[in-house]
Amino acid sequence: MSAVTAEHDDHHDHGPAKGFMRWIVTTNHKDIGTLYLLFALTMFFVGGAMALIIRTELFEPGMQFVDPQFFNSMTTMHALVMVFGAVMPAFVGLANWMIPMMIGAPDMALPRMNNMSFWMLVAGVLLLASTLFMEGGAPASGWTLYPPLVLQTGNALPFAIFSVHLLGISSIMGAINIIATIFNMRAPAMTLMKMPLFVWTWLITGFLLIAIMPVFAGAVTMLLTDRFFDTSFFDAAGGGDPVLYQHIFWFFGHPEVYVMILPTFGVASTIIPVFARKPLFGYASMVYATAAIAFLSFIVWAHHMFTVGMPMAGELYFMYATMLIAIPTGVKIFNWTATMWKGSMTFETPMLFSIAFVVLFTMGGFTGLMMALAPVDFQYHDTYFIVAHFHYTLVPASVFILMAAGYYWLPKWTGNMYDERLAKLHFWLSAISVNILFFPQHFLGLAGMPRRIPDYAVQFADWNMISSIGAFIYGPSQLIFVYIVYKTIKGGTGEKVTDEVWEGAAQHGLEWRLPSPAPYHTFATPPKEVPTEHF
Amino acid sequence: MKKTKQLFAALTLMLLGLGSARADYTLNLMKGVTELSNEIYDLHMLALWICIAIGVGVFGTMFYSIYFHRKSMGHKAEQFHENTTVEIIWTIIPTLILVGMAIPATKTMLDMDNIQESEMSIKVTGWQWKWEYEYLDNDIHFFSSLDEASNKARQKDSGIDPRSVPHYLLNVDKPLVVPVNTKIRFLFTAADVIHSWWVPDLGWKKDTIPGFINEAWTSVQKAGTYRGQCTELCGKDHGFMPIVVIAMEKEDYAAWVEEQKGAAVAEASAADKEWTAEELIAKGETVYANNCASCHMADGAGMAGTFPAMTGSALVTGDINAQVDLMMKGKGMMPAFGQMLSAVDFAAVSTFIRNGLGNEVGDSIQPSAIKTLQTSLPAEEEDDEEDE
Repeated sequence: MSAVTAEHDDHHDHGPAKGFMRWIVTTNHKDIGTLYLLFALTMFFVGGAMALIIRTELFEPGMQFVDPQFFNSMTTMHALVMVFGAVMPAFVGLANWMIPMMIGAPDMALPRMNNMSFWMLVAGVLLLASTLFMEGGAPASGWTLYPPLVLQTGNALPFAIFSVHLLGISSIMGAINIIATIFNMRAPAMTLMKMPLFVWTWLITGFLLIAIMPVFAGAVTMLLTDRFFDTSFFDAAGGGDPVLYQHIFWFFGHPEVYVMILPTFGVASTIIPVFARKPLFGYASMVYATAAIAFLSFIVWAHHMFTVGMPMAGELYFMYATMLIAIPTGVKIFNWTATMWKGSMTFETPMLFSIAFVVLFTMGGFTGLMMALAPVDFQYHDTYFIVAHFHYTLVPASVFILMAAGYYWLPKWTGNMYDERLAKLHFWLSAISVNILFFPQHFLGLAGMPRRIPDYAVQFADWNMISSIGAFIYGPSQLIFVYIVYKTIKGGTGEKVTDEVWEGAAQHGLEWRLPSPAPYHTFATPPKEVPTEHF
Repeated sequence: MKKTKQLFAALTLMLLGLGSARADYTLNLMKGVTELSNEIYDLHMLALWICIAIGVGVFGTMFYSIYFHRKSMGHKAEQFHENTTVEIIWTIIPTLILVGMAIPATKTMLDMDNIQESEMSIKVTGWQWKWEYEYLDNDIHFFSSLDEASNKARQKDSGIDPRSVPHYLLNVDKPLVVPVNTKIRFLFTAADVIHSWWVPDLGWKKDTIPGFINEAWTSVQKAGTYRGQCTELCGKDHGFMPIVVIAMEKEDYAAWVEEQKGAAVAEASAADKEWTAEELIAKGETVYANNCASCHMADGAGMAGTFPAMTGSALVTGDINAQVDLMMKGKGMMPAFGQMLSAVDFAAVSTFIRNGLGNEVGDSIQPSAIKTLQTSLPAEEEDDEEDE
């Protein structure tokens, strides 16, 4: 493109390339953002279908539909697809679309690498999905891939490992790009402490990703050499240690879950002030709390392993460190509440999803605090109580906020308004069914039902059935979202949206000072003045 | 809004209907039957009530605000956006609450770790997919696996209603028996992959890890039967390796110990006698159902791509030595049965698969022949990756 621009007026707006190849070769941050978001949405349904297979088998006691090995593959693949194929790419997609527009930059700092990281993601996920059709079945050892069990995987093992490598490289490139963009491409007036919280949380998330993805790649590479090259990193018979894998995995795994939640915090902090018509309360403390959570995420990993038999000092340390996370997380929740306090609130769909996020994420936080207590975790560990906990922090938290983000920015992306009535139906169906789905799982776990089992004792039957009914409502109701997005792209309600879209939004974010829909190229020259959350 | 109400009404009715059908489920953690499990329960309730109190405060404020501070009520937004005092307060108060929770948690943690002065020791070994128990003080040793009734009912399309099976999936062929009011030290390890031994009534679970030994202790206060399950994903039949602990009064326990010694002698003599083909096939059918059928299927058809068929298999109908060698050592997803099954079991199941499931070799394998084979095999822990 640079060769062409030389002959053009620099301020002339190039449209996208024509035809299908536009999507393959694009280096435009908006195109790549769209690709990421559509890919993530597709994977959300693939992973969701796997979840529905799980919930269908668990609808009643006894084995009715699948065999236990395939069930284990489903729990494993559901998690891997949702984490690496849906939630993470969705946030990268939002970052691609929104970060340049939020900081007054014309594009991402490294546009070609941006294209490459997307297509590597697709390759990685396809490679992972291909294992479903291999001899011996897809990996069935849980997304944690613990040895020695994972070494019993059939032909799928090396493919799953290479898929993790590809996904890791893709994530690292995405993270480098985001960090480089934020540090180098901000409008001159956009000082660090004026950046929207979404940009801040992604900046911190980027560093988490760069720090952890190589660790995970290392761990799975050690699995590879243990299986194929006669090493014994994790084999006690050869002087190795199976628990070592768990330490390495969770050193990656715990920050990894914050990779999925920190951008969630960022979007919530962006949306709530707009619909409360107030500046975000405690902007600086929100930034510091995010940094504190990110730091703590690196020093608490072994709370996933309280039952492996660590020394007492280790158990106590990880218990205390984990409890500390409640403090910055609490600060965030109090700040969101204070932002709503004495506001002038309206409840469009993005706000509804954001409020549901604050409430339901807090419930996930409460159970998190309970299981931080090591002695009680000896009961909770590996039960449905844990399943309920992390689904509360992922589904009505990350996924709800992704929906909120979709509704919030869709008018800016398309220039059209979505159908608010249908969107509210989507919200209410989701908010109610997600609780029918996951709340009973607390009871199941406390009553003694282990996780990752394809069949259960009959005293667990009632709550499993209710949970499955919740899943059967929640899953299909997400199709409403697809329909709404499709209709909005095709013209929506027909009402032309303003540049600001939401009342007063231009006071909060630069993106709302651009035309709707946002032109293919924006901020070729940086804006002179930027909004802050201190107005 | 009307739709929402209808939905709520429908769900409430559904809940009531389900609830009245059977009411044996529980909602909360069980108190358990040991001092530790009671301490843990109290800690759980403390944490729960603290969370509920904070939740009521935070959500109460939020919903008050959502109700009164909205545009449709004509509320005008105030523009405050910072207050350092408030930020400090809501950092300090949670910190104090956390310290309040950490103190009793630390105390319980130290109690759990105090394994001294135990009166007896039991070694628990996790296998795919059963438990091995060794009483280190009096030479009692046995395997414990899912009971036959549950095992039959849990097969896909078995046609058996799980509700008709007593303690479905929570019953074993041979439970662990312990005396009450005795400090028992448990040693945990595993033979193949990581498992985790959990009986909720005892208050804890502990991972069993190949090559490592973990410790925990318990002292059951009340005689009774306590059930649990493996809680670490350990492969295909992870959901089907329950734990049953029977706590007996001390004198009953002593009688049980005597009984076990007699049983061990009987088992040894069974391996020496000559068995008829019919006897072997009949026993082999049971051994097959309990150990092999879940992968190779009850009719021996296997599962294409994952588990080989028994019917017509060259290995099954071929050389007996190669066959028994594979059964003993395992391969890939197939567990090593070498130490799990007795010589009688091997002889019976071999005879069964060679002369049942559509195969007709026409021989019968004697336990004495297996015993010779067993002694010629290296004791244990051959490199299980050699097949790759």
